[in-house]
Amino acid sequence: MTEERIYEMLDEVFQDVFDDEDIHVEPETTANDIEDWDSLEHINLVVAVENKFGIKFNMGEVVEMKNVGEMVHTILARVNG
Amino acid sequence: MRELKYPFDPDFIIQKKKKIKRRLLESSCGFIEKKIAILGGSTTNDIKLVLELFLLDQGIKPEFYESEYNKFYEDAVFGNEELDAFAPDVIFIHTSFRNIINLPKITDTAEDVDAKLESEFARFNQVWTALRNRYNCTIIQNNFEYPHYRLLGNKDATDIHGKVNFVTRLNLLFAQYAQENDNFYINDINYQASQYGLEKWSDEFYWFMYKYALCLRAIPYLSFNVSNIIKAIYGKNKKALVLDLDNTLWGGIIGDDGVENIAIGQETAQSEAFTEFQEYIKEHKDLGILLNVNSKNEMENALAGLAHPESVLSKDDFIVIKANWEPKSKNLYEIANELNLGIDSLVFVDDNPAEREIVNQEFSSVSTPDIGNKPEYYLRAIDRSGYFECVSISADDLKKVNMYKQNAQRKQMLATFENYGDYLLSLNMNATIESFIPMYMQRIAQLTNKSNQFNLTTKRYSQADIEQVANSDEYITLYGKLTDKFGDNGVVSVVIGHIEGDALDIELWIMSCRVLKRDMEFAMMDMLIDKAKENNIRKVYGNYYPTSKNSMVKEFYSLHGFEKISEDEQGNTRWELVVNDYENKNKYINVEE
Repeated sequence: MTEERIYEMLDEVFQDVFDDEDIHVEPETTANDIEDWDSLEHINLVVAVENKFGIKFNMGEVVEMKNVGEMVHTILARVNG
Repeated sequence: MRELKYPFDPDFIIQKKKKIKRRLLESSCGFIEKKIAILGGSTTNDIKLVLELFLLDQGIKPEFYESEYNKFYEDAVFGNEELDAFAPDVIFIHTSFRNIINLPKITDTAEDVDAKLESEFARFNQVWTALRNRYNCTIIQNNFEYPHYRLLGNKDATDIHGKVNFVTRLNLLFAQYAQENDNFYINDINYQASQYGLEKWSDEFYWFMYKYALCLRAIPYLSFNVSNIIKAIYGKNKKALVLDLDNTLWGGIIGDDGVENIAIGQETAQSEAFTEFQEYIKEHKDLGILLNVNSKNEMENALAGLAHPESVLSKDDFIVIKANWEPKSKNLYEIANELNLGIDSLVFVDDNPAEREIVNQEFSSVSTPDIGNKPEYYLRAIDRSGYFECVSISADDLKKVNMYKQNAQRKQMLATFENYGDYLLSLNMNATIESFIPMYMQRIAQLTNKSNQFNLTTKRYSQADIEQVANSDEYITLYGKLTDKFGDNGVVSVVIGHIEGDALDIELWIMSCRVLKRDMEFAMMDMLIDKAKENNIRKVYGNYYPTSKNSMVKEFYSLHGFEKISEDEQGNTRWELVVNDYENKNKYINVEE
């Protein structure tokens, strides 16, 4: 799976979870850039991403994801690894 | 909304909850509003958000208070100004195995373990008592799921040092408390977790990452169960089952295959499955659920199937049987009318998706569970849907089926009289009309939540509210119970009037539709005016607030000699009666002293 495709799929997940059709994520996007992205919504996002890609993150990975780029990096390693 | 009906997709609900909420708020109106406080022993955020969806879907618009993380004990026992100001109608205490402090140790003596059990129960008891004293509202409390590990293996269940054993004993103490206390309900997460699969339910990832006591995916199941308890408390349970026959209650098409060839009984696996399903349906009758048939069949064939020697259900178990070639939606509409129920009180059970779809299009408020096409799973589809979530088993419910039968007899008798007054006299009606008494508080609260048609203000009361009104000297309260030669109708009418100086404001006037046109309302009004005189009341004020269901009582106060004094744009009317001008109107009911 290409990085580009992963970003496309992530846009869909973010748009669903935050109920905003205009969201478009970039590698540098963090919780500070999206109004509703707080620690409570984070779990919804993580689980939605897991469902979308059919993967399970481990606790360490979730803690270390500081921005969308790192999330994509982890997803890439899983789906292609 | 279809996405929120069992079997729902939990991932979809969690991921799309914001969109679903918007659609629910757009699509419907006429919500009842309730304040719900969630006191948590673990994270509750998504539980609250998903609970909101299920409640909106049931016509209840919640406002929430949420305790700080794991502050259920502090909020309850030490109080909290914010919660005081919130004044909850319902408090949901979301605790789990993770909140048990005093678990047994292998080195404990039997006395130690007993003491721990007692102190754990006492801690929760303290929470409930404090909440009752402060808020006097409905409490919903989780019991405990089984532990996520078994130190003693299988012996964990039987040895007093086992955590499984401890949780089982604690759950029994909770159950006993629920049996002994009104307005207190257990949300059975012990069952929910086993149904879901304990291993997945208690996924440790969610505990350590987010302090959720259950996995995210299980939250819709938990919230759905809590919403079912709440909607049942507020009288939004379904009241009747309307059942198809061919391939629903028995296997095969009776008109084609003949009565001797339908699958029912113990001969084959398939017929056993239909038999178990019929037994399950029949159990509902004892709960006061009204059973009816809606089948595309000749009546003769339908009755022959119900007379099959192996059939669990027989003709007499049903109130209305429609077996004809009319559209099923038309039959449903007529069944609702004959039962005097709103069409939204019906659950239509049919194995044919096309029939369900047609009914759905015509009456979106009728429940049409997707039972699939495997008879062995029909029971499951209905059972998990929570249509008949039971919050109390009242003696009245048990008698309900008989009452509906008696009503049918009364209708037949009416046909033999030419004068309606003679008919009413022949019923030998006796009423008891007096102020609320403890024995009937539950039934009175139930009536205020169930009555929609003969209801002037559609004000809803919890049992706690009713008790409060009954104990206040600012109110005149009346309940009416009616008996006739065919049987006891039970408590059928409730009136609450607020005393304001020398005036009485009627806040609630309801009557069960099972006693329509029996003049019970006149007997009630006579008594209300008597009570008003005792309280030196000079003027009585009545109010009518229109809803989609109560147009039958639009002119109620005019019938009783009140004068209309105001009407606003919404059609809300206010009426006045000078007490001294009132003349008694009841002629047919003997009111017992």
